[in-house]
Amino acid sequence: MWERMYLPAIAKGMSITFGHMFKKKPTVNYPEKTRPFSPVFRGLHVLNRDEQGRERCTACGLCAVACPAEAITMEGAERMPGEENLYREEKYAAKYEINMLRCIFCGLCEEACPKDAIYLSETFAPANYTRKGFIYGKEELLIPNPLTQPEEFAKAKGKPGQNQ
Amino acid sequence: MDWALLIEKAVLISIIIGVSLVIAMYETYAERKVAAFMQDRRGPNRAGPGGILQPLADGLKLFMKEEIIPNSSNRFLFILGPGLAMLTAMMTSAVVPWSSHFHLFGRDISMQIADVNVGILYIFGVVSMGVYGVMIGGWASNNKFSLMAAIRGASQIISYELAMGLAIIALLMITGSLSLGTIVKQQQIGHYYILLQPLGFLIFLVCAFAECNRTPFDLSEADSELNMGFHQEYSSMKLGFYLFAEYINVFISSAVMSTLYFGGYDIPFVNDGALAQHWGQNPVAVLQAVSLFLKVVAFIFFFMWVRWTLPRFRYDQLMNLGWKVLIPLSLINMLVTGFVVLLKLNHWHF
Repeated sequence: MWERMYLPAIAKGMSITFGHMFKKKPTVNYPEKTRPFSPVFRGLHVLNRDEQGRERCTACGLCAVACPAEAITMEGAERMPGEENLYREEKYAAKYEINMLRCIFCGLCEEACPKDAIYLSETFAPANYTRKGFIYGKEELLIPNPLTQPEEFAKAKGKPGQNQ
Repeated sequence: MDWALLIEKAVLISIIIGVSLVIAMYETYAERKVAAFMQDRRGPNRAGPGGILQPLADGLKLFMKEEIIPNSSNRFLFILGPGLAMLTAMMTSAVVPWSSHFHLFGRDISMQIADVNVGILYIFGVVSMGVYGVMIGGWASNNKFSLMAAIRGASQIISYELAMGLAIIALLMITGSLSLGTIVKQQQIGHYYILLQPLGFLIFLVCAFAECNRTPFDLSEADSELNMGFHQEYSSMKLGFYLFAEYINVFISSAVMSTLYFGGYDIPFVNDGALAQHWGQNPVAVLQAVSLFLKVVAFIFFFMWVRWTLPRFRYDQLMNLGWKVLIPLSLINMLVTGFVVLLKLNHWHF
């Protein structure tokens, strides 16, 4: 009869809820703190350079073919005689665009590239107001030149397991 | 024309209305924070330090929204509904004694707006009028679901009013007076009435939950079933009025409960009269108001604590509880109290 009034059950339930008030909260106060990511986290793409500062990408198109979402487009161009310090081989990508809205961040382009030219870093894709703003061209994707801008290059390379 | 009295009452009324509104505002904030802490998360902490300015942001959002009045609704009643709900919520605060009295400008200013002899009866009368706010809101929306929710809400309110009244009758047998000021003064001298009337307090507590449409009795809102229930068609400040009226109802119910059963503005374990001799009347009156607020805040926290613990009652379970359980219990309470009071009057022998 005492049990049927539900009061003991209610009191027990209320003590549980009260106890929860003092437990540790799993919420993360973004953007002051961020959750740590693993080193193999697939984030934004970065077009790589080699140690002498030359772009690695040769516009072979293997990443565009490998992409399941057809997010990569490129246009090749021939290297002129005075530009040996800019590009590694005779062909380079004059226009290289990735549509971040189509990209599914699978990493197949990173696996397909024969020149180690593209890899996926640890940053998110930030928000934008227009669809056009999400089509990332070569300027946003290319890693800074290690000879002319060494600090940015080092920062963009980052350490494995660190947020960029 | 006693201008001083008029001015004093006008100032007191505006202060109490202002304080009720501010407390209702911060009750929304407290509700979200308490709910969050009980659910292992943090609650609003972005607007201002620790989220203190969140209610201002909410109020601003409600003001800025578009006022939609459905074409097929009854326009006059549509606008009247929230106003009525707010009116009855505010009117109850007129008879609650917020503190004893201040001694300013050579006069004794009482902190109760109207110390009528029929204080408790007045509260019940006004709360009964609160049904109209719900019903009119549901009817004027011209929406079958709102109407159903409003009917359920109205029937819930009137069923639980009965048990509330009966529980209070037992209390009145002990106090001998309906006026709230007298009840508090009696508790200052004697014991708090929670000790004399535990069952009555329990019944009153359950009925207060039902009157304020709070979980576990909130099927007139039924956040996950009937969408928003009787205030579904409302937008912008009319919705704000309905929500605010509910929070002010919670505040006033807490105040009434602490006045009737927990001694009102009396500071517990302290002899108020002797303290007034020592420190002067005004500081003690301030302390008494603070003590009443602490009791009210404890009750409000209790309201929220129950809300985030218990699941909602089904409609037939709710009616069963109101009519078949609470009314017999309160009748038994009345009989036992009457028996003991008569016995006491007869000097403890038959």
